[in-house]
Amino acid sequence: MNNRIFLRNVGLFLLTIPVFLFIFLPVLWLFSASLSNQVELFTVPPHWIPQHPTFQNYLDIIFPGQAASSVPRTFAVALLNSIKIASAVTLICILLGSLAAYALVRIPFKFNRTLSIGILGTRMIPEVSLLIPLFIVASRLDLLNKPIVLIIAYMTFALPYTIWMMGSFFQTVPIELEDAAYLDGCSRLGILFRVVMPISIPGIISTTMFVFLVAWDEFFYALIFTSTLAAKTAPVAIAEFIGRYAVNVNGMMAGGIMAALPPVILALIFQRYIVSGMTAGAVKG
Amino acid sequence: MKKAAILPKRRVTLRQQDMRIAWLLIAPSLLVILGVTLWPIIYTFMLSFYNAPIGIHQARTFVGLGNYLSMLRDPAFWDTVKRTLYFTVVSVTLELILGLAIAQLIHSRPLGWKFLRFSLIIPWAVPTIVNGAMWRWIYSADFGALNGILFQLGLIKHYIPWLTFPNQAMNLVIVADMWHTVPFVALILQAALAGLPEELNEAAAVDGANAVQRFWYIRLPLLRPAILVALIIRTVEAFRVFDIVYIITGGGPANHTITISYLTYLFSFPYGKQGTGAALSFLISFFTITMAIFYIRLLYRPEETQG
Repeated sequence: MNNRIFLRNVGLFLLTIPVFLFIFLPVLWLFSASLSNQVELFTVPPHWIPQHPTFQNYLDIIFPGQAASSVPRTFAVALLNSIKIASAVTLICILLGSLAAYALVRIPFKFNRTLSIGILGTRMIPEVSLLIPLFIVASRLDLLNKPIVLIIAYMTFALPYTIWMMGSFFQTVPIELEDAAYLDGCSRLGILFRVVMPISIPGIISTTMFVFLVAWDEFFYALIFTSTLAAKTAPVAIAEFIGRYAVNVNGMMAGGIMAALPPVILALIFQRYIVSGMTAGAVKG
Repeated sequence: MKKAAILPKRRVTLRQQDMRIAWLLIAPSLLVILGVTLWPIIYTFMLSFYNAPIGIHQARTFVGLGNYLSMLRDPAFWDTVKRTLYFTVVSVTLELILGLAIAQLIHSRPLGWKFLRFSLIIPWAVPTIVNGAMWRWIYSADFGALNGILFQLGLIKHYIPWLTFPNQAMNLVIVADMWHTVPFVALILQAALAGLPEELNEAAAVDGANAVQRFWYIRLPLLRPAILVALIIRTVEAFRVFDIVYIITGGGPANHTITISYLTYLFSFPYGKQGTGAALSFLISFFTITMAIFYIRLLYRPEETQG
């Protein structure tokens, strides 16, 4: 019997190996390549571990002043644009969305259900259906290539997502607590800000993380609305350089890893909120 | 929501005040959503009945259902639909099978299962474009890791330009997409598995059901709601795939990876036929909203969907 349990455990452990390989091999190779220089990258057979590893590609992005190629300079600006845009989107969505979410799930009025379904429904509209009108308005108002146009465009998916996710957190706040606060003479807004919000801090944190991730990941609007350094985001920078062999591929790989770090770190820190967010959301598949 | 409807009587007097506050809280979000979603979708709908060349100063002409009909008559459009369905069916099927297998593996608590669950978060959180770029480099004909491994193992004699084979390119895109989405499905199903009552499983074991039977007859039926949620989310997403195709193949080779979203993008911007683009985007909307109705019905019965 002990033997059988041992064999089962060994068998299960062996099964995890291909999964680990599938997860980590691509990333490790990318990281290793980002540490090598162009000559080593093109060596046949490949050097899986660079013989002359260098952080130069990363340093060039962090200190773009000295960089010779345009790749690190573009990445330095694009990463900052991504941070600015994703943060602004997250902040606006949490502020507006949590207020709306509370009203939708906890204040009974005529249209709770209609509005909730309508808001969830908007999330199913593909970005491409909204693109042309948004593009026309943005170009008439001379907003193309400005961060504000992406912040507005990202509201199309980030705000409904926030409302839906915050709503599901507010629903878990015991109604008895609200009643007790009401009996103590608390107003509706007092209940929201002094009772419901403080209890929902974990929900606010995880919604913040998800909205940031979704905004960081977005590519389609960014591709259409931004082409200059003024508002170009990290995904657009990658897309722009890819396929051009003249450019510094290793520099792009370093840029790609740097673009992946903020969402990966956030997700790992807040990992226990991820599954509830995934099913509440469905935006980031 | 149901709880909120059953209120103590004393609040009835506050009803009107409450309603005013509700509107006050909802108004900012509602205005934004109406502005960035409802108005544009109506505009796109109208536009789909016009011949609308790109550029503000070009005249638009009303063509009725012309954009829709010319699309539906175009064999290239149907090729795109077939390709999109191929991508959707193959990737979603494989994701569900592998996702379920990994979820079950984690649930069996092998050595390092916590680290495995932790690791799954990484590919899920990597931005789609970075994921796509990474796989494009892996497939690269000049320095890619795929060529490197196969060459060192002696399986190939020369580096192969993988992405230039029309019949293979879509499959390579699917593999890249799965790197990102299998962990998503696995994490959802693993959480659902962890929420299942163990008693049933143990009772069945006592009654002599083997592991396969227990999985097939007990866990799988209980997981059905969670599987359905993952299935619908992934189908909607896969059907409108764009980013990863754009970055890995750019629609090539010879248009063999152009999906419906990609075609819509091509018509709306590079080709400058916004009326056709609008019509196409409505065909996508039609499908996804049908899926959404499904999805909303599921979400409105949380006791069934949480698994």
